[in-house]
Amino acid sequence: MSARHALSFILACASIATFTRAAESSARRDANKETAAVAVVHTDDAGMRVQGEQRFRANCGRCHAAPQKFPPRMMKTVLRHMRVRATITDEDMRSILAYMTQ
Amino acid sequence: MVHRIGVGLSSLRQNNAVGRARGIVLRAFACLALASTFALAQAPDTEKPVPILTGNAGAFDFVSGGHTLIDTQINPVLLVPLGDRWLIESRAEFEGRFQRPPNGGPFGGPVNKHVDYAQVDYIANPYLTFTAGRFLTPFGIFNERLYPVWIRALQPDPLILPINTAPSDGAMFRGGFSVSAKANLNYAAYVSVTSIGIGSVDSERHVGGRIGFFFPAPRLEVGGSWQRTLQDARKNAFGFHMGWQPTKAPLNLRSEFAHSFEGSGYWIEGAYRLSQARFWQKAMRRTEVVARMQQFYTGDIGVDGAAAFGLPGANTREADFGMNYFLHDGLKGIASYGRQFSSAGNFNQWSFGIAYRWLIPLGRVGTP
Repeated sequence: MSARHALSFILACASIATFTRAAESSARRDANKETAAVAVVHTDDAGMRVQGEQRFRANCGRCHAAPQKFPPRMMKTVLRHMRVRATITDEDMRSILAYMTQ
Repeated sequence: MVHRIGVGLSSLRQNNAVGRARGIVLRAFACLALASTFALAQAPDTEKPVPILTGNAGAFDFVSGGHTLIDTQINPVLLVPLGDRWLIESRAEFEGRFQRPPNGGPFGGPVNKHVDYAQVDYIANPYLTFTAGRFLTPFGIFNERLYPVWIRALQPDPLILPINTAPSDGAMFRGGFSVSAKANLNYAAYVSVTSIGIGSVDSERHVGGRIGFFFPAPRLEVGGSWQRTLQDARKNAFGFHMGWQPTKAPLNLRSEFAHSFEGSGYWIEGAYRLSQARFWQKAMRRTEVVARMQQFYTGDIGVDGAAAFGLPGANTREADFGMNYFLHDGLKGIASYGRQFSSAGNFNQWSFGIAYRWLIPLGRVGTP
């Protein structure tokens, strides 16, 4: 690989890192704003289950047909794998984990 | 799989060193298995994720233009979580492809074995995961997400699958996060420096990336991929993908387009679960019907190059129709019929078989 391409790749990586840091800060601010609302929405298990199911169907349903529930220690591993493989968001992963282990 | 005879020009150059390379990657897979034991020793906490051995297996009978191929395969996947942020994961493929010799006789053929990926993932933050090792090249969606026999809706490969989907050896950044209340963004950027010839100086180097936007409300994903080869002709390749699961119907629509030096083409596939049928409901909700239409246009590598690459040697159209029946969660029967049209000849292709998926914890997990 030439130095030019190596430099391009490093610059791309730096850009991604900068972008994600900025997105992280932005998301943190948004999360603070939404904390109260989310807390209300998630106070009951039924609401959490519905949201988890929705996120399961939206994300996992793209490739997997039917939900099957596993013990939490297994689901955590499966979801970590799927987080990498399917690039699902951190928020979706937590919601789906709650749904799949209830 | 059946049509995945060659996956990249790398296959052409790999013959001399493939034995030793295969030995290395299989030993790497064995090391990962040992790592799972180590991880178990490190994670007595009942809340920590447990290593898992999962995967799928299948036995299929493919009849193409009157020639029968019996394809059996086992694809174990090992997942070893370490701490809160690390994951070691690997998938191997053991595939037997058996045919009758041209002059008759019993079925026989090679048993191929290789490691599809053996990678270490580090989840740096909710938006960034770093991956190193051998990984599935994120070009389009079929190779990364839909390839396993348990997941794919039709067992014959799409015609364009060999385009830019050979495993990459290198590093990758990837992640997914919400960009608004209505959209998620996912991305992957990678560099691969594959040393193919262990006994020579041959190699294959490329960079690339994929970006996609997923809209959770309509369950729609659209995205694009790009890859640039960093040697020889320094070729660019690009592709687009789409997936849509309407909320009001058990329908799964997917499509990919790919353009490269080796060829171009697209496929469109729809899979419909008959769970809304008002008759024979017990059987209908286990049944999925599938249809796929695809076209391939030859590139600049000639007929022999295309054959070695696993691509058709002529412009080709193909239509496939299939049915999957989920006997229970983890086991499904498949059947499909397709017809291929090209200047090299038209022929029918049938497939029948069974696919099985398993998931085994490598440690105590308690109750669900």
